[in-house]
Amino acid sequence: MIELILPAVASCIVAFFVVFVMTPPLIKFLEKRNQSVKDINKKEDVMIVRPGGPSIIVGIIASEIVLYTFLQLNEILAIIITTSAAFVIGYIDDRKVMSGWFKPVALAFAAIPIIALGAYDSNLAFPLFGTVQIPVLYLALIVFMIPITGNTINSIDVLNGVASGFMVIASFSLSICLFIVQNYEIAIVSLPLGFVSLAFYKYHKIPSKIFPGDSGALTFGAMYGAIAIVGGVEILAAVALLPAVINSFLFLSSVKRIVEHRQVKGKPVEHTDDFRLKATDDKTAPVTLVRLILAGGPLSEKQVGFAIFKLGIFSGILAIITAFMMGVSL
Amino acid sequence: MKSGLFGFLFAMWILILVGGGIVVTILGPISVSGFGESDLFIGSVIKAIIAIILVVIWILILSKLKNLIFKKEIKS
Repeated sequence: MIELILPAVASCIVAFFVVFVMTPPLIKFLEKRNQSVKDINKKEDVMIVRPGGPSIIVGIIASEIVLYTFLQLNEILAIIITTSAAFVIGYIDDRKVMSGWFKPVALAFAAIPIIALGAYDSNLAFPLFGTVQIPVLYLALIVFMIPITGNTINSIDVLNGVASGFMVIASFSLSICLFIVQNYEIAIVSLPLGFVSLAFYKYHKIPSKIFPGDSGALTFGAMYGAIAIVGGVEILAAVALLPAVINSFLFLSSVKRIVEHRQVKGKPVEHTDDFRLKATDDKTAPVTLVRLILAGGPLSEKQVGFAIFKLGIFSGILAIITAFMMGVSL
Repeated sequence: MKSGLFGFLFAMWILILVGGGIVVTILGPISVSGFGESDLFIGSVIKAIIAIILVVIWILILSKLKNLIFKKEIKS
């Protein structure tokens, strides 16, 4: 355990400062290239550059390489390759709008390195009841997990700072869970995700200076899913991610098909005269987490973001309780 | 409204815990023998079918819960 402190500290410093230092020049570069979109939740015509994915992926790769030089684990290689593949898929979607099926199918292929490198354990661990061996079924779980976590984080990237802020909460909760179940090496491997998210949040928080884009959101989500698999904490990861899972579930159960958000005609949220957010009465609009939060009345963008963070902290606490329950057997 | 969302989160958590128990109890003991090298494959197919059925049931329960907790919001 003591010998892991140096790699942990080094990788966290690298993760945070690479993103912290690299994002401002990336913002200037994207401004020069006019790669910006309108922030639809601002009264004025505010243009925000995107995607922030490149600085996120560089931070992740640099910090994981630092860890690999110390630990030389196949699991780290699997995380780097899967996360990089997710970044490329997201970047393609940033540059050219693809169909609703493109991302889930492509992300399923991004999961293959985890299988190829054997960086998984086919025993699925549940709290209170122990483990179940599902060798073949587990392969299907891996292939499904990366598209689910990737698209889930992407679907929650709707307001300034929400995707990165939520990722800070979920990933640190997952790291704490990994420490509780005594998977120390993967706990340390997971820490850079939280620090990368934290550094990016500095520029993404309201008022945003940069959006992560699909490349950033898919990178966050795919790395989270890859950590869950290689760490054998799939259930804990799902619990920590519940608010985002609810958002995807509500969206899919109301739209009843896999479709890009931008292809949905009905708008779940509109603006009041003072540009606060309010839920619409549009029956064709999908039910989303933000729409349910706003059902109690109009709120500012910042208030909705903090409501999502509170839900994230609540599910993070549930995940930590679940981690303690892993050691208990009925 | 927010208490409804926290309640829905909590209900999902309970469903995950209960679902885990059912998976371990039902899927865990399943093993097929008598088919030679195909034992593992046939056992996995049976486990996969049961797992899919359990997931569908889980989603249906979740949909009912969603309608129950967010009845007013979803209808508006």
